[in-house]
Amino acid sequence: MTIDADTVRHMSEALVSVELETPDMTLNIGPQHPSTHGVLRLVVRVDGERAYDVQPVIGYMHRGYEKLSEVRSYPQIITIVNRIDWVAGYANEIPFLVAAEKLMGVEVPERAQYIRLILTEMARIASHLVFNASYPLELGAATPLFFALRERERVLDLLESVTGGRFHPNFNRIGGVRPAYGSGSSTRKISQDLPAGFYAETLVAMDKVRYAVDQLEDLVADNEIIVARTKGVGVLPPEVAVAYGVSGPNLRASGVPFDLRKVSDYLPYSRFDFDVVTGQNGDCWDRWAVRLQEIRESTKIIQQAIESIPSGDLQAKVPKVIKVPKGETYARSENPKGEMGYYLVSDGNTGPYRLKIRSASFSNISILPWILEGVLIPDIIAIMGSLDFVLGDVDR
Amino acid sequence: MPGWVTDLLSNFWVSLGGKLLLVALMIPLVGMVIGFAEMKLSAKMQNRVGPYFAGGRWGWAQLIADGIKFFQKEDIIPADADRPVFKLAPVLVLVSTVALLVIIPFGPDLSFRDLDIGIFYALAISSLSTIGILVAGWSSANKYSLIGGLRAAGQLIAYELPLVLAVVGSVVMAGTMSMQGIVEAQIEAGYPYILFQFLGFGIFMIAALAELSRIPFDLPIAESELVMGYVTEYSGFRFLFFFLAEFANMFTLSAIAATLFLGGYWLPGVPDDMLPLAGPVILVAKAFLLVFAMIWFRWTFPRFRQDQLQRLAWVWLVPLALLNIIVTAVLKVVL
Repeated sequence: MTIDADTVRHMSEALVSVELETPDMTLNIGPQHPSTHGVLRLVVRVDGERAYDVQPVIGYMHRGYEKLSEVRSYPQIITIVNRIDWVAGYANEIPFLVAAEKLMGVEVPERAQYIRLILTEMARIASHLVFNASYPLELGAATPLFFALRERERVLDLLESVTGGRFHPNFNRIGGVRPAYGSGSSTRKISQDLPAGFYAETLVAMDKVRYAVDQLEDLVADNEIIVARTKGVGVLPPEVAVAYGVSGPNLRASGVPFDLRKVSDYLPYSRFDFDVVTGQNGDCWDRWAVRLQEIRESTKIIQQAIESIPSGDLQAKVPKVIKVPKGETYARSENPKGEMGYYLVSDGNTGPYRLKIRSASFSNISILPWILEGVLIPDIIAIMGSLDFVLGDVDR
Repeated sequence: MPGWVTDLLSNFWVSLGGKLLLVALMIPLVGMVIGFAEMKLSAKMQNRVGPYFAGGRWGWAQLIADGIKFFQKEDIIPADADRPVFKLAPVLVLVSTVALLVIIPFGPDLSFRDLDIGIFYALAISSLSTIGILVAGWSSANKYSLIGGLRAAGQLIAYELPLVLAVVGSVVMAGTMSMQGIVEAQIEAGYPYILFQFLGFGIFMIAALAELSRIPFDLPIAESELVMGYVTEYSGFRFLFFFLAEFANMFTLSAIAATLFLGGYWLPGVPDDMLPLAGPVILVAKAFLLVFAMIWFRWTFPRFRQDQLQRLAWVWLVPLALLNIIVTAVLKVVL
C-alpha cells in the first residue's frame, strides 16, 4: 500500500477516536454495473463517500482482434475492426484501409473518399449523440436519452441505406467503397451507387439533427443541477492530458486544439470549412459541450461534402486476391472517441504479419486512476461518463 | 338505515376494522393509479407510448400485471443478510405510509382519525420510513445498499428540519395542529394559506421530494451510481412494498401539502353543504396535481450530489423556513 498525503491525513483523522475505528471499504464498481459502459471494473477504496486509490481493471472484453487479424485476409479484417468501437463502427475501418492502401500504393477514387468522409462524420454524429443520451442519464436525468437517440436513429437509417448495416457496416473495400446490394432505386441496382434520394434526405436529416442539438442544449445546459454537477468536476489539465496520451474530444476539452482531421490527410477534410472545438477548463462540462458542438461541426462538413461530391468510380483497380507488399506503416485517424491508429506490418501475404491497434478509449481511460483520486462516488460516475469510452475500444 | 346497521357501525371494533380495511385498500389503489400515471406521463414526456398492450387498451392493467408478477417471484434473502431486520425493513416503510394516511381529512368529519396534534404526528411518522430505509441498507449485506441507506439517513437529518419548519407557518396562521382544524381555519379565512405561505409551500414540497427520495433527491437509490441503492437486494413482494410505499407516500405527502396550503377539501365557491360529497374529490384532485408536479420533476431533473443536497438544505431551506416563521408570527401578532 502506498502512503500518500491523503492517506496520512485520513489516518490521523481516524486516530482521533481509537475505539471507533473506521476501516476503508473496498467497493467494486463493475464489471456488472449500470454505468461502466460495458464491463469495466473499478476497484475503489472508499472512505464514506470519498474515493481513494481507484484501480481500473480491464480485459473482460478482450476478443483478441490483433491476434485474429494475423490469420485473416485483409477483406476479412474489415469485419473485425468495425467491431472495436461499436458505437461508431464505420469510423474504425478508415485508418485500417488507409494503412493497407498506403502500402499497396492504391489511389482511392475521389467519390469513394467523399462517401467515406460523409459516412465517417455520420458515425461521429451517432457516437456523440449516444454520449449525449447516456451522460445526462448517468447524472440522473432520463429524458435527454430519448431526444438524442431519436436523432441518432435518423443518422443510422441513412448509414443503413448506404451500407446495409447500422452498427457494423462492413462497407469499405480496399481501394474504394461498395454500397449494399439492393440499395438505391431499382433501375440503378446494377451500378450500385448511393441510394436514390440520399443527398436530399441527408440534408434534411442534418437540419433536424442540428435542431435536436439545440433542443438538447436547452434541456441540459440550462439545468442548474447539471451545471453544478459538471462544472469544475474532473478537471484535466492540458499537460496531464497530453502526458497520458488522451486524445479526441477529451483532449480538446482541455484546451488543446489537436484534431487529426486538420493535420492529416487520410480523408479530404482540408477541402471543407469547419472549426476545431476546444474547451477552456477541461472539466466534465467542457467535455460535454465540446461533443455537442462537434455534432454541429460534423453536420456542417456533411452538408459541404454533399454539395461538392464529385462523380466517378467507387472502386480503384485492385487485384482479385489482395496482397499487400512487404513493409510496415502506421495510419491514424480522428475517431469519435479520439485518435485511432493501426500499425500494419506486412510480409507480402494475403494477411498482415502483425496488426497493432492503437485505440482511443484505451489511452483515454489510462487517466482514470489519476483523475479519480479523492473524488466523491457520484463524481466517479460523472467523470467516467464524461470520458466517453467504449469497452470494446478499450479491450479490442 | 335500519337500526342494527347503525348499531353495528357505531361498534368500536367494527368501525375500526372497516377503517383498517379501507386504509389497507387505499394504499395499493393509490399506488397503482400513481404508478400508472408515472408510466404514461413519463412516456408522454419522452415521445414514447408507454404501457400499451396489458388489459387490451392503453395498457390499463399493466400495474396489476406487475403486482401479480412480484408475488410470483422467488423471495431471495442474501446469505449474509441480517434476516429478521431484512424482513422488517419493508414493513416499517409501508407501515409509516399507512399510518400517515390515517390523519388526512377527506371532508368535514371524513378522516380516519382527527388528532389534535395531527400534523405533528404526520411529520413524526413520516420519518419512520427513512428508518426503514436505513435498516434496509444496513441489513442487506451489500456495500451499495449500505451507502444508499446511509445517504438516506443523511437526507433525513437534512430535510426533516425544513419540512417541520415549513409547516409551522400554516400552524401559526390556523392556531391549531389538527388537520381538520387547519382546513376549517382556511374555510373561515376564505382563502387557502398558499396566498401567504407560498414560501412555506415551496420549502415543504422540496423537502417532501427529498423525504420521498425522488429525483432530484434520489441519492439513496441513484441507479447510475449505487445500482439500486438500498433496494438492490430486495426482490418479489418485499420490493413491491418499497415500490408501493413510494407511490402511496407521494399521494399522502401531496395530500398533506394540499391540506396545509391549498385549502384541503375546500374550494372557494363550493357551498358548505356540498363539501361532504365534493370534499374527497377536491382533495384528491389537488393532491394529484402535486403528484403530477413530482412526476414532472422526476423526468426533467438530474440528481444532486450529497454535498450539494446538504448545502441546499442547511444554507437555503432552513434559514428561509425560519424567516417564514418569523414573518408569519409577526404578522399574526400585528394584524
